[in-house]
Amino acid sequence: MTKFASLLFIAGLAFFLMVVTGLLPLGNSPMLIGNAILDSAKEQVGAANVVTSVVLAYRGLDTLGELSILFAAASAVGLLLTKSSFNKPSKNPTNTEESDSGFVAINGIDLIFPLLLVVGMYIISHGHLTPGGGFQGGVVLAIAFAMRSIVRPRGKSIDHGVVTFIEAFAGLSFIVIGLVALYTQGHFLQPMLDQGHFGSLWSAGTIPLLYLAVGLKVGAELAGLILALNTDEVNI
Amino acid sequence: MLINISIEGLLYFGAISLSLIGLFGLLVSNNVFRMLLALVMFEAGANLILVLSGFRENGIAPIFLADYSGAIMNDPVPQALVLTAIVIGVGIQALALALILRVKKHYKSLDMRVIRSKLEHEIATQANVEPPGSHHAPKQIVRAGEHQ
Repeated sequence: MTKFASLLFIAGLAFFLMVVTGLLPLGNSPMLIGNAILDSAKEQVGAANVVTSVVLAYRGLDTLGELSILFAAASAVGLLLTKSSFNKPSKNPTNTEESDSGFVAINGIDLIFPLLLVVGMYIISHGHLTPGGGFQGGVVLAIAFAMRSIVRPRGKSIDHGVVTFIEAFAGLSFIVIGLVALYTQGHFLQPMLDQGHFGSLWSAGTIPLLYLAVGLKVGAELAGLILALNTDEVNI
Repeated sequence: MLINISIEGLLYFGAISLSLIGLFGLLVSNNVFRMLLALVMFEAGANLILVLSGFRENGIAPIFLADYSGAIMNDPVPQALVLTAIVIGVGIQALALALILRVKKHYKSLDMRVIRSKLEHEIATQANVEPPGSHHAPKQIVRAGEHQ
């Protein structure tokens, strides 16, 4: 009965959404704000990637809120899985032999670990020029560090203190850049510093610095999340 | 005809279908982990709809390359919004997964009905009241896989 009612509801909702999208001018987005930003972003922000301009300049405060939500989620996961094996090797001596990941996995991860770091830093530092940026590059960095700990369940994990320090430092520098902009330019997180040569790596003022802070913060938080969730059920 | 059979129409159809499949899974499944996966699908579909709303005919990605010659660009605002939504979605999924781990640890089950009945009994014992339901109901916890 529940399934039939759900199916009926889904069918009605599908019909409604299809009709609404059918009435929309497909391929001719009616929104005006996008056009205004596309026209003025080049002069106002100086970043070649307009999405980056929107994320860090026009909606910079929103990105700060997004970082706070991610921080709250990471803190809540840490709170829920307190006795996790985050910072210490697994205490279960019976399955230490099986829990080792083997030659191929360990050496493969060791081989691609520096490459993943380079790719992550490249994506972060070119966020204002190419698709990508702090969030995407931060995920790559987090995966690189988390993989190393996952294949070595007995080995030394990432130091919790260092992760917390990176996270706090990145978050603080994001806010400090915003406050300096508020003091010198009159608006919180307003783009400042010299815009440089348009389209080169050293351009767009504070945008690459902000994205670096975002990347480090997201990387540290996601690495902590993955390691907190990577627990044996016995350890919870 | 309501929906033009164009590539955008097809993409909208796919995005709406994906989110509705996720919603349907959310409604009918009783396993909490499957509900989380359905929620992820729902979210992916919603993100696709949002990013499609900024699509323009023959539009290119909103990035000024060196050889940019005045072509139409897609709307950057929905793309930035979806970037935000994806990141927040990841945080919510991790939080939900941690909660599911705790529920599994405490109730030894992932079935919603089992969890609900155990929870009601627990609350009733704590509060020293009769558990909800009829006195004549057989004393049993709902079997997994039973239809409602």
